[in-house]
Amino acid sequence: MLDGSRGGAGPGVPMVSIRGLRKSYGGHLVLDDVDLEVGAAEVVVIAGPSGSGKSTLCRCINRLEVPDSGEVTIGGQPVPLEGRQLARIRAEVGMVFQQFNLFAHRTVLENVALGPVKVLRQRPAQARQRAQELLDRVGVGAQAAKYPAQLSGGQQQRVAIARSLAMDPKVMLFDEPTSALDPEMINEVLDVMKSLARDGMTMIVVTHEMGFARSAADRVVFMDAGRIVEQAPPEQFFSAPRSQRAQDFLSKILIHS
Amino acid sequence: MSVLTQHLPQLLDGLLSTCLLMVLSFAGSLAIGVLVAAARVSPVRSLRAAATGYVELFQNIPLLVWLLLFVFALPEVGVIFPLFTTAVIVLALYEAAYMAEAIRSGINSVGRGQAEAARSLGLTTPQTLRHVVLPQALRSVVQPIGNVLIALTMNTSLAAAVGVVELTHAANEVNLAEAQPIPVFVGAGLAYMAVTLTIGLTTGLIERKVAIVR
Repeated sequence: MLDGSRGGAGPGVPMVSIRGLRKSYGGHLVLDDVDLEVGAAEVVVIAGPSGSGKSTLCRCINRLEVPDSGEVTIGGQPVPLEGRQLARIRAEVGMVFQQFNLFAHRTVLENVALGPVKVLRQRPAQARQRAQELLDRVGVGAQAAKYPAQLSGGQQQRVAIARSLAMDPKVMLFDEPTSALDPEMINEVLDVMKSLARDGMTMIVVTHEMGFARSAADRVVFMDAGRIVEQAPPEQFFSAPRSQRAQDFLSKILIHS
Repeated sequence: MSVLTQHLPQLLDGLLSTCLLMVLSFAGSLAIGVLVAAARVSPVRSLRAAATGYVELFQNIPLLVWLLLFVFALPEVGVIFPLFTTAVIVLALYEAAYMAEAIRSGINSVGRGQAEAARSLGLTTPQTLRHVVLPQALRSVVQPIGNVLIALTMNTSLAAAVGVVELTHAANEVNLAEAQPIPVFVGAGLAYMAVTLTIGLTTGLIERKVAIVR
């Protein structure tokens, strides 16, 4: 089983803390003074219209995107600006991308074992065994010897999740993990994510899947125009959104459900 | 034709020398080219600048000038290598600039997401290049690298101008003795062609063999 409850932050220290994050692209403010705290084992869904800054916020947490100002801490430690220390922190933060981004020249098994071997310095045999276990767990164990392009989108995304899990992350970031999937493959990925949430993984999930937010999230964070407009437990957010923007957003996406 | 068979040992020695020049300077240029290409995409500004400077320096001064500089100018300042070694060094340095550009185009063809995924796993920038980006980049530029190798093979003949006894030099000597330029130089030309056609065929085979399943 997964050790999803792996600590790192002491009691009372949030797993992820974001303070005063700002980011602009050529004069356009994408993140406008964002503060957010995520506790250990908490599952936070970030929702909001396109261009509201959700993905940028997610990518600023492990510094794939460099914020103009503000501070991010993981388990109480500030994320270093660059270099080896930054790489070390990134190893503790799993990330799942919209486009899967599996390494195209490596087999599925090698994709999962690469990080543990190169970053955690595990022995290859040990890393491969663990990789196979993780692939079995996300239901793609039979595909271990194939190349990513030979898998369906849903299978690729589950491999990507296994690849992140292989690093035993303290927290996992999901940047629109189902947005590039055919509809019939969305659930197989969401099911894996729900089981992670149940096992106590700290998760920050940028998604348009409001069903997932309803059933798996502890808190929904609603963003618009680079700001966090409101945040609430899912029951409250979906039944009684406080802000006009959230009401508009929900009325547009929930009209058929 | 008999002029070729009469001087066959001399011409074959020349051909062997040409092939040796080619293989050694290819290995050197590939190694330097990978390093220069990696430096060109480095996050470190000074490395990028140095690599750009390198490429511009070697692409904008003719190979013959480099050969003359190394063979005649370096001894003036006390740096003396055997002639053949000097030719290998110059060819490797010169072709590395073209190699680096070919490899860089391969690096640019690897999707951004590949490097992001590697970095998010905690791989350092050098590890990301080495384990994720370069293996894919090199596979996509087998053909361009083959083209640089073909150009390099042609360029080995310039070493004759500074006295390296390779195929062109050997052919020239045979012609000076026999005064039969047509069979001698046509024969030498065909030998070059055989070498480069082989390179072209091999490149095609390698390209298919290492292709990434997409």
